[in-house]
Amino acid sequence: MIRSLSRLVQKFHSINVRYSNPRIGMSPAVRTCLMALRLYLLFLVALMLYKFVSLIVA
Amino acid sequence: MNVFAKLYYRLAKAAKAMQLYLVIAGPGIVVMVADNDAGGITTYAATGAKYGYNLIWFLLLLIPVAYYVQEMTVRLGAVTKRGHAEAIFAGFGAFWGWFSLIDLMIVDWLTLVTEFIGMTSALEIFGIPPWFTYVAVVLLLGTIVLNGRYWTWEKIALLFCALNLVYIPGAFMVHPSMQDIARQGLLPNLPGGFNGQLFFFLMANIGTTIAPWMLFFQQSAVVDKGLLEKDIPWGKFDTWLGSVLTVVVAVFIVVVTGTVLRGVDIDSAAQASSQLQETHHWVGTFMAIGLFDAGLLGAICISLASSWAFGEIFGWAHSLNTNIREAPWFYACYFLTLVSAGAVVLIPGAPLVLITLFVQVIAVTLLPAALVFLILLLNDKENMGDFTNTPLQNVLGGTIVVIIVVLSTLYGMSVLFPGLFG
Repeated sequence: MIRSLSRLVQKFHSINVRYSNPRIGMSPAVRTCLMALRLYLLFLVALMLYKFVSLIVA
Repeated sequence: MNVFAKLYYRLAKAAKAMQLYLVIAGPGIVVMVADNDAGGITTYAATGAKYGYNLIWFLLLLIPVAYYVQEMTVRLGAVTKRGHAEAIFAGFGAFWGWFSLIDLMIVDWLTLVTEFIGMTSALEIFGIPPWFTYVAVVLLLGTIVLNGRYWTWEKIALLFCALNLVYIPGAFMVHPSMQDIARQGLLPNLPGGFNGQLFFFLMANIGTTIAPWMLFFQQSAVVDKGLLEKDIPWGKFDTWLGSVLTVVVAVFIVVVTGTVLRGVDIDSAAQASSQLQETHHWVGTFMAIGLFDAGLLGAICISLASSWAFGEIFGWAHSLNTNIREAPWFYACYFLTLVSAGAVVLIPGAPLVLITLFVQVIAVTLLPAALVFLILLLNDKENMGDFTNTPLQNVLGGTIVVIIVVLSTLYGMSVLFPGLFG
């Protein structure tokens, strides 16, 4: 069990290492897009949290 | 003589082109027709029942929308030989990669549950118990993928795509007025003026036209099929044909419910089928068969989209051209997704309505990211070479992506807060 888990962790680690450097050139346009995406996702998460909390309170 | 020779030459050339297309045909048609899944059928049925033929023009506008988004996956897959998940990992790093992969897994699983809801409710109309539908569907889909050949899987999927056309005879059987369809449906109009409810329906129709799994599925299918750069024009044609077919089917569903169930509130396609059966037995039966087929096609594609994506990232063998011994993890992932999602439908008192609504909300967290990544990857000259997006393609694709992102986000928000748009 522990062996399987450690193998899984290793696998995740190797994937992270393999894809650690984004191949796409980080031009200002790409950076802006990625930043906008982050903000958009934060906005959605905030909305879902608000809905979740309001459901619990109600 | 010269005329006959020329005619013969042209016919022979056309026949050869057709033969070539038949070899390449598949991913575009399958993904587009599968887009009319159980949730999609419900949306179109409800749209017709609510607004009659008045929103047909809007559905027709969705043909280029669906085409321009999906054709990008054809180019990306054929040129890079990578699925969308792998392309995101490689292009944008592990953070965005994991985000997309995990989100895809959740969206796919939830969508698969809705496909099973559609399939079981469709066959319940014929007195078939849900457990039987579940077992039969899992066995059928298992048999289809385990044959060890992509080609066979694709041709079977195309057969189910053909069954999706069952709505067309159904529409003719209700004898709709062609004049009314042309007058009310083909001229852009907003029935009852622009209001919250109409906006919700417009957003729902867009939301069912482009789903995140479609991007991942088609790109992986293009790679698994082995399409090359020279096949891109045919792959694009395949996608175009698929997008026309999907909207044609949607229009015929709207015609059926717009003719027979005008003014009825439709909650599900199964409810529409039952109500149709009361007045037009065979039309209702066709609707139920179509709903089952739509769920089945959706299940065929969605379960594969996840398995392909995981295989690409974890480095497992992940092709339908491999058998279960060669790609055990790929098939394990496939069956785990399928079996677990279907089992949810059999749980007494499972929150199926909540799941159906939740799919829309989760989908809007993935769709914008997947679309933005698609546009950025298509602008990567180093990898895409001659197939990089042209400025016109960027303007078209970019505009479509922005519209989809805004509308699908508003749709997700309106599902989360039902009173938001009145």
